[in-house]
Amino acid sequence: MSDAVIPAKIADKVETPFRRFVSEFAESKVALGALVVFIIIALLAIFAPWITPQNPYDLAELDIMDGRMEPGTVGGAGFTYWLGTDDQGRDMLSGIIYVLRISLTVGAGSALIACLIGASLGLLAAYAGGRTDSVIMRLVDLQLSFPTILAALMILAFLGKGIMNVVIALVLVEWAYYARTVRGTALVERRREYIEAAQCLALPTHRVLFRHLLPNCLPPLIVVGTMQVARAIALEATLSFLGLGVPITEPSLGLLIANGYEYMLSGKYWISFYPGIALLITIVAINLVGDQLRDVLNPRLKK
Amino acid sequence: MTGKLRKLALAAGTALVGLSAQGALAQSVTMAVAAPVTSLDPHYHQLSPNNAVADTIFDKLVNTDAKSNNLPGLALSWRAVEPNVWEFKLRPNVRFHNGNPFTAEDVAFTLQRLPNVPNSPSSFAAYSRPIQAMEIVDPLTIRFRTAAPHPLMPLDMTNVRILDRETHQNATTEDFNAGRAAIGTGPYRVVSHRSGDRIEFERNDNYWGDRAPFQRVIYRMITNDAARTAALLAGDVEFIDQVPTSDLAKLRQDNRIALSETVGLRLIFLGLDHLRQANENSPFITDNDGKPLGKNPLQDVRVRRALSIAIDRKAIVDRVMEGAAVPAGQFLPEGVYTHVPGVTPPAFDPDAARRLLAEAGYPQGFRIQLNGPNDRYVNDARIIQAVGQMWTRIGVRTTVEAQPWTTFVGRAGRADFSAHLIGWGSNPDGSHPLRNILATQTREKGWGSSNRGRYSNPRVDALLDQSLVELDEPKRVQLVIEAQRIAAEDVAVIPLHIQTNIWAMRRHLAHDARNDELTRAQDVRPAAR
Amino acid sequence: MTVYLVRRVLQALLVVLAMSLIVFIGVYAIGDPVEILISPDADQIERERAVQALGLDLPLWQQYAVFLTKALQGDLGRSFVYNEPALKLILQRMPATLELAFGATIIALIIGLPLGLYAGLRPEGRFSRVIMASSILGFSLPTFWVGLMLIMVFAVYLGWLPSTGRGETGSLFGLQWSFLTWDGLRHMAMPAINLSLFKISLVIRLTRAGVRETMLMDYVKFARAKGLSPARVTFVHVFKNILIPVVTVVGLELGSTIAFSVVTESVFAWPGMGKLIIDSINVLDRPVIVAYLMMIVLMFIAINLIVDLTYSMLDPRVRLESKGT
Repeated sequence: MSDAVIPAKIADKVETPFRRFVSEFAESKVALGALVVFIIIALLAIFAPWITPQNPYDLAELDIMDGRMEPGTVGGAGFTYWLGTDDQGRDMLSGIIYVLRISLTVGAGSALIACLIGASLGLLAAYAGGRTDSVIMRLVDLQLSFPTILAALMILAFLGKGIMNVVIALVLVEWAYYARTVRGTALVERRREYIEAAQCLALPTHRVLFRHLLPNCLPPLIVVGTMQVARAIALEATLSFLGLGVPITEPSLGLLIANGYEYMLSGKYWISFYPGIALLITIVAINLVGDQLRDVLNPRLKK
Repeated sequence: MTGKLRKLALAAGTALVGLSAQGALAQSVTMAVAAPVTSLDPHYHQLSPNNAVADTIFDKLVNTDAKSNNLPGLALSWRAVEPNVWEFKLRPNVRFHNGNPFTAEDVAFTLQRLPNVPNSPSSFAAYSRPIQAMEIVDPLTIRFRTAAPHPLMPLDMTNVRILDRETHQNATTEDFNAGRAAIGTGPYRVVSHRSGDRIEFERNDNYWGDRAPFQRVIYRMITNDAARTAALLAGDVEFIDQVPTSDLAKLRQDNRIALSETVGLRLIFLGLDHLRQANENSPFITDNDGKPLGKNPLQDVRVRRALSIAIDRKAIVDRVMEGAAVPAGQFLPEGVYTHVPGVTPPAFDPDAARRLLAEAGYPQGFRIQLNGPNDRYVNDARIIQAVGQMWTRIGVRTTVEAQPWTTFVGRAGRADFSAHLIGWGSNPDGSHPLRNILATQTREKGWGSSNRGRYSNPRVDALLDQSLVELDEPKRVQLVIEAQRIAAEDVAVIPLHIQTNIWAMRRHLAHDARNDELTRAQDVRPAAR
Repeated sequence: MTVYLVRRVLQALLVVLAMSLIVFIGVYAIGDPVEILISPDADQIERERAVQALGLDLPLWQQYAVFLTKALQGDLGRSFVYNEPALKLILQRMPATLELAFGATIIALIIGLPLGLYAGLRPEGRFSRVIMASSILGFSLPTFWVGLMLIMVFAVYLGWLPSTGRGETGSLFGLQWSFLTWDGLRHMAMPAINLSLFKISLVIRLTRAGVRETMLMDYVKFARAKGLSPARVTFVHVFKNILIPVVTVVGLELGSTIAFSVVTESVFAWPGMGKLIIDSINVLDRPVIVAYLMMIVLMFIAINLIVDLTYSMLDPRVRLESKGT
């Protein structure tokens, strides 16, 4: 009896490309697990204000008398600091959940924008060649040799402190990597027959660029991209370490780590350790998902 | 995991015992300082780390002890022979590292050099400016003639390192940096200098004063706080300065480590906007809805006092500074001669603060932004957050913004902020903070150049004016104290705390902690067994 | 080819010019160097003197003109802080940074290439998965954090390696190098490893991705079918093909390591150029910043040129373009 049902179900499932994509993605249990973890992290970040015992951004809710308490201590406000507190009496657990928002925004936001800008310019450079190529690539040279710190300082001087300004600084720094990578691959690809064929068909340039050239440049782009999300988050941490990151009252994971860094030698490990673990889990999840995506999306790995 | 780590620590500990014993025998010491020394030219850049090294290589007419009291240096005695003439009697039989004798000619040469060091970003010219003429009475007596009585002459001379006319006639800053010209009369001589990395010293066996304790000193620069502490724990260096407060608790428990500490001369305080008049908007103050207030509440002394007593200074010292400071109500700590008696740290009283605010017409408070640097003073960014918490509790909703000193200092100097955290390292004379921070900005007098809140009080100015020409020392001190008292009662600035200067070293060393923060090689010696 | 090179050189000059201009405007916008450098108790007269002494009293465009005129004569200005020629300062610090950057890159290639190759040839293997998972660690942890951890473990607890500094140096070409002495190498180990972590991950990932793709390509299948040994297929055919992305990225990485190993150099008190540039930026020592960045931009242009040339050698499909469009 069940025999009769199964073929129908399969027929139901297989056909659309999206379904195929989903089933291919789900082939890796690890990637699936990572995706679940990532979704949980994202949900935590979104619903932070409703699930944390403390708003770590509100100075009125903090009390330095509760500062640097060990994990598991009950604080002045009556709830338990499961992961301890930092020097301002900020509950690390609330802090971490809250700052996930900022780290994800900063990391993913800057990587996405940088990727869009960088990849488009890289493609254009490779495809157009000649003067366009020269201009874009020299811009890349200029950008690669410009220190992040100076860029961040300049943005701080021009625009002041703020999360968006950190994103701008990171985009400014990162786009060149994408441009360079995409151009490298695209230079090889544009010599291939399918591009020549597309050009012979007199397809519009943007169509050739984005429908034909881009998909074939995707694999290295995704490798760089997923790494750059992680790198952006880590870079933001470095900026925070140098005092150029997000505002101290709206900390990111990076800022929490940088702040706790000073307590590492003194045995107050939790101030820097737990944010570090959170950072690690987030980045590992993003990258495992990214790895699988890359394998699934790569046309040349299709059997 | 912890068990394993403990074992490792034990193993490291035993290894280090051997190492430290060796260090004591080797007659050399390796020190690490936080701030890089940028030049060995003692007159190129008025900067603490440079001054500390210059004090190792050179001497001044008037040296200072660990409490910043004047001591005879290359001058044995000094006095004002006339109201406008100071006479310095020089120390005989002093020789420079290269054997040249020290005489009055060298003093005259040095004072002439001060304003003429090319490209200096912060010169020592101010110390020779009051001197109109110099007269060499004999090789060991020199007189300085000034336009007006100048009671601070000996104090000025504690900043001037003496060079040799013969050696340094044509010496450039580069010659000093290369070590060629770094020749003084001080307790150690320079062997080599790698800019930004290390300086190596050797004992000057012909020093006129106490013989330097080590044959050789390696003076390294490790700017990163955690790395400096780690280097000490690992035994790579035996002595560090600017111990991070976060490491204090642990270092105090470590029986391989000794600390030396003393209350310093650096006040951390909040500058307030006195520039905008009572009926003008201050840039970072709004009402509770974020709309312009139409007035500057900081012009009302009741508001300033409320903000001051809303701060629990003891909590900041205990929790944020981990004990490495003393709460303060004025610029100088107790025990210094221009400390104002009876002006104690304002007591923490949030209820009184709320009442004062209500009296001043702000029962619901207002909003303010507190700005500060995040890389300049010990725990600066943490302190402003703590103050933000406390102000918010009395109804003054506070946001805080910390930024690097690079961008902060310019804005503070332009009086761009409503309230800002900043520090002031005094010399022990109260006239120093008075002139620079509390006096009305006046270009001709050179007053108020660091008066970033633009405080102005005619009574303070008048007393300061009198004190600057008063040669009768007890009377002068009284004037300086009175001026400071008036400014403190008027809450010109909100003092928070005075930092404690802390050094850490391996047990086999001892150190004389200085209140002027200078880390000098000659202050480190083997511990008495 | 010659036309191509000449054009690249001309472009390079333009870029260098643009860089110097950006730095001038940028530093001007960030703040006033005198405010930062001057002693806090200096009075107004002294402040004015300092502004003048450093040439900062002129309008910005005049300051720039002065700089350009001198630069054309080979003088890039004197550091505000050290009162020494900016170029001399940079060159003094260069060997320390160069050896660190090359050390890190070599470590990255030695560790990254074989691991990446292995992971690419056996994508499903357990060990490959371990490699891939742990490579994520390499770029997710902030450098300053890892640096301190290394110091704590290897210097403080184990006492195997010196915590900071450069150690003894040996002389070569009149310059001081740490890699010539055993003590120097010991000092170099931790900072080099710290710098290489990110690069190792990068190389592993690029190599693996490349290998996986290439293995499925027709010419590799053909080579295998022809009966060539697996080793030959792997090292000659596959390897040559994956080198392109690896060379591009590692080249760029080497460049940015030379230019900006700021954090590592700070944490390990390594007296290199990265330390110099961060110190200079902090006090807005403009002559040093300008000279430094002009040099770095030239270096990147050179690296990119080399990468482009290597491309055309490794992959005949990429031609050097000198077309007149």
